[in-house]
Amino acid sequence: MEGTAVPGRLTWQVATVTAARWETPSVRTIELDVPSWPGHRAGQHLDVKLTAEDGYSAERSYSIASAAAEQVAIAVERLDDGEVSPYLTDGLDVGDELELRGPVGGYFVWEKGDGGPLMLVGGGSGIVPLRAILRERERTGSDVPVRLLYSARTYADLIYRDELAAHRDGVEVFYSLTREQPAGWAGYTRRVDPGLLAETAWPEGRNPLAFVCGPTSFVEAVAAELVALGYPSGRVKTERFGGT
Amino acid sequence: MVALDGNAIGGLLQEVFGTDLTDAQATCSTCGAIGLVAQAVVYLDGPGNVVRCRNCSAMLMVITRIRGMNCVDLSGISALVASQPS
Repeated sequence: MEGTAVPGRLTWQVATVTAARWETPSVRTIELDVPSWPGHRAGQHLDVKLTAEDGYSAERSYSIASAAAEQVAIAVERLDDGEVSPYLTDGLDVGDELELRGPVGGYFVWEKGDGGPLMLVGGGSGIVPLRAILRERERTGSDVPVRLLYSARTYADLIYRDELAAHRDGVEVFYSLTREQPAGWAGYTRRVDPGLLAETAWPEGRNPLAFVCGPTSFVEAVAAELVALGYPSGRVKTERFGGT
Repeated sequence: MVALDGNAIGGLLQEVFGTDLTDAQATCSTCGAIGLVAQAVVYLDGPGNVVRCRNCSAMLMVITRIRGMNCVDLSGISALVASQPS
């Protein structure tokens, strides 16, 4: 079909897997060499298409885990009943090809000029675009203060655990492990609720910019609570991953 | 049916319309509410891609892909305001 030369139109292209590593028992980072990649912004995603021999195809979206100007990487969580994710986590090898299009999205993005302070709230794999935002902040030398609230089921499920734990000026990270905690755990142990957010969120007087990402029910509860804390709804950006 | 949001159809919208529309404001022709496309309620697991108004749940748009065609029903949107591509 014509259209590859039209500016702005996304086209599917073939990328090659250059590296892959497990972040947790069910999440794998896949680094990609994309020949005609136009660059991306932190928070954007890309669409992957798998096509079977009979022509049946399935498409899924994955958040880009890297900052702008970094190599494209996605983090895929294996869903037990998934149609696409088990192949990406367990079937794909370095050197394999993947059909994708992107980058996608002009809303759930952050650039240095957007300022802060930033309130990043992630549930499960919702941490992925938030990690891209954190890396973009570091890449550009931004000093906007950040509070990150990251909710996961167990310690082993924390993606980018070591990277987030590394000391960063101006970045405070709060964790909540909702199903199981290691001995001596000093963080939160419950689902994000109004009290937890009131303790961790920037006061609205700081004019914070919030990014909330994760399962749909998590995002909707958190966004409503931030608005209840006084955040203007236009300053609470949301990206729902579905699931529970 | 799992509810997503307009971010999930960003790629499809860009394929159809040639520009990112997730940051566009759509006016619901049923209730008049204005909302960002990114925050509309989206269902992808039905026969078509269904986008609903977050305020009143009326259909904003339906995009069905059949035989190499994108069939778009936009009757639920009475106005769409999007930034000009830079």
